Amino acid sequence: MKRFLRRFLLLDLLEGLWVTFRHQSPDQIATEQYPSERPAVSERYRGAPRLNVHPETQETLCISCNLCAVACPENLIVVGSVRNPETKRKDLVHFTYDLSRCMFCGLCEDACPVDALELTQDFELASYTREGLIWDRQALEEGPRPTQYRQ
Amino acid sequence: MTALDGNEMVLNMGPQHPSTHGVLRIVLKLDGERVKSTDCIIGYLHRGVEKIAENRTYTQFAPYVDRMDYLAAVSNGLGYCLAVEKLLNAVATPRAQAVRVILTELNRIASHLLWLGTHALDIGAITPLFYTLREREAVLKIFENYCGARLTTHAFRIGGLQYELYEGFEREVESFCGQFLGKVDEYEELLSGNRIWRERLRGVGVIDAATCKQYGVTGPVLRAAGVGWDLRKAQPYSGYEQYEFDVPVRTSGDTLDRYFVRLDEMRESVRIIRQAVANIPAGPIMAKVPKVIKPAVGEAYVSIEAPKGELGYFIVSDGTTQPYRLRVRPPSFVNLQALGHMAQGALVADVVAIIGTIDIVLGEVDR
Ligand code: SF4
Ligand code: SF4
Repeated sequence: MKRFLRRFLLLDLLEGLWVTFRHQSPDQIATEQYPSERPAVSERYRGAPRLNVHPETQETLCISCNLCAVACPENLIVVGSVRNPETKRKDLVHFTYDLSRCMFCGLCEDACPVDALELTQDFELASYTREGLIWDRQALEEGPRPTQYRQ
Repeated sequence: MTALDGNEMVLNMGPQHPSTHGVLRIVLKLDGERVKSTDCIIGYLHRGVEKIAENRTYTQFAPYVDRMDYLAAVSNGLGYCLAVEKLLNAVATPRAQAVRVILTELNRIASHLLWLGTHALDIGAITPLFYTLREREAVLKIFENYCGARLTTHAFRIGGLQYELYEGFEREVESFCGQFLGKVDEYEELLSGNRIWRERLRGVGVIDAATCKQYGVTGPVLRAAGVGWDLRKAQPYSGYEQYEFDVPVRTSGDTLDRYFVRLDEMRESVRIIRQAVANIPAGPIMAKVPKVIKPAVGEAYVSIEAPKGELGYFIVSDGTTQPYRLRVRPPSFVNLQALGHMAQGALVADVVAIIGTIDIVLGEVDR
């Protein structure tokens, strides 16, 4: 009899509906209104790369040791340097980072002995062209230059 | 394919079918609404991961394993790291082991949650998807806070961990566990009691224990058929022997029982996580492994209990910095074989339910 009543009154379905109903309250909303609401990505987030410069002298921290390029599984980092005869060190000439092939594994960042290369919290990497994803030294140091289109 | 008789019809399901969970094509031979045979055509997502391994150093290959079963990237990473560690005769430190257990169990929950949501969606219950994704988000946030990525985590390194735990990790995990059990009960309320759900799944896609063993099927599919085989219990790795948990087993081997097994597994995972988080040993997170990983000539096979079943890594080393050969035993690929058996004589609509209940990820099937 009890089973019949349950069936007849569709109680099992109503139980489920009650769960749905409980979720109607506004404090249950989980949707994030991107882009007006910025997601708070974590401190360790592995996003766009950055080549750090010294905060005062604006000189690059990179010592052109090439370790990041060796560590990268995708071989997408190219470090160009010349030997400076005065200081007997290598000076960084160019640095390209092909974001279109990067998988943000963080191995390059781990390999860098002076924390010059860093994956930052910037996650908006879209570009209109493939070439736009190949970042040169300037883009890595100053951030990307998004294409501007006039209306 | 043999010739068709007058009543038969061939239907291509996929590769763009929404309920094949990726790009799987199934050639169904139908007699009216009944399935006479199924023919899986795979390989649309083939990236040659095993071949890539031969051209990467051991350290460099680690991020690639995340991209096989991308819903359980942490488990993949664990299996690979354990296999290389076995080659090197190294063992991760106790602290690293505990963290590995916590993260892999969280990943099991995340993987099962996505399975539950999409499986219910395939069958016509849309609501659970929103709830499960919301809870999965909490797990992914923990991953993001810990290692900086949500899906393809690359959380573990050979010999231990790369990242120390962050401030508040234990609290975050504990609070997730605290509210998650209530959420599982909520899913049960939505689905388990629902008569449509029960009638829809009962007796669909039955597979018995003997057939499972013949096909090599593992994971929840095997446990729903009455075999309590769980590698975490059968051959404990990464310190699983310290934790107390049960292996959920059901007997009838149908889609409904697989649903119950997975729900119970999520609860057991919470139990394991709670025990592990309560006492994470102090100490280093990285064992003493050489910077350049160059194992001696030899081979190693390590298998772990991934959310979908037995995930094995077989590595042959020729003494260089790169594997000579790497072979993955993917649970999805092996379990998918049983589809033909399970769908034999089923209705077309049940095929969708059966694919969902095997819980495949095409990234892993095709590698
Ligand atoms: S994040 Fe990984 S793939 Fe990307 S550049 Fe660094 S090492 Fe290479
Ligand atoms: S590892 Fe660091 S210091 Fe060395 S080349 Fe790369 S960015 Fe420069």
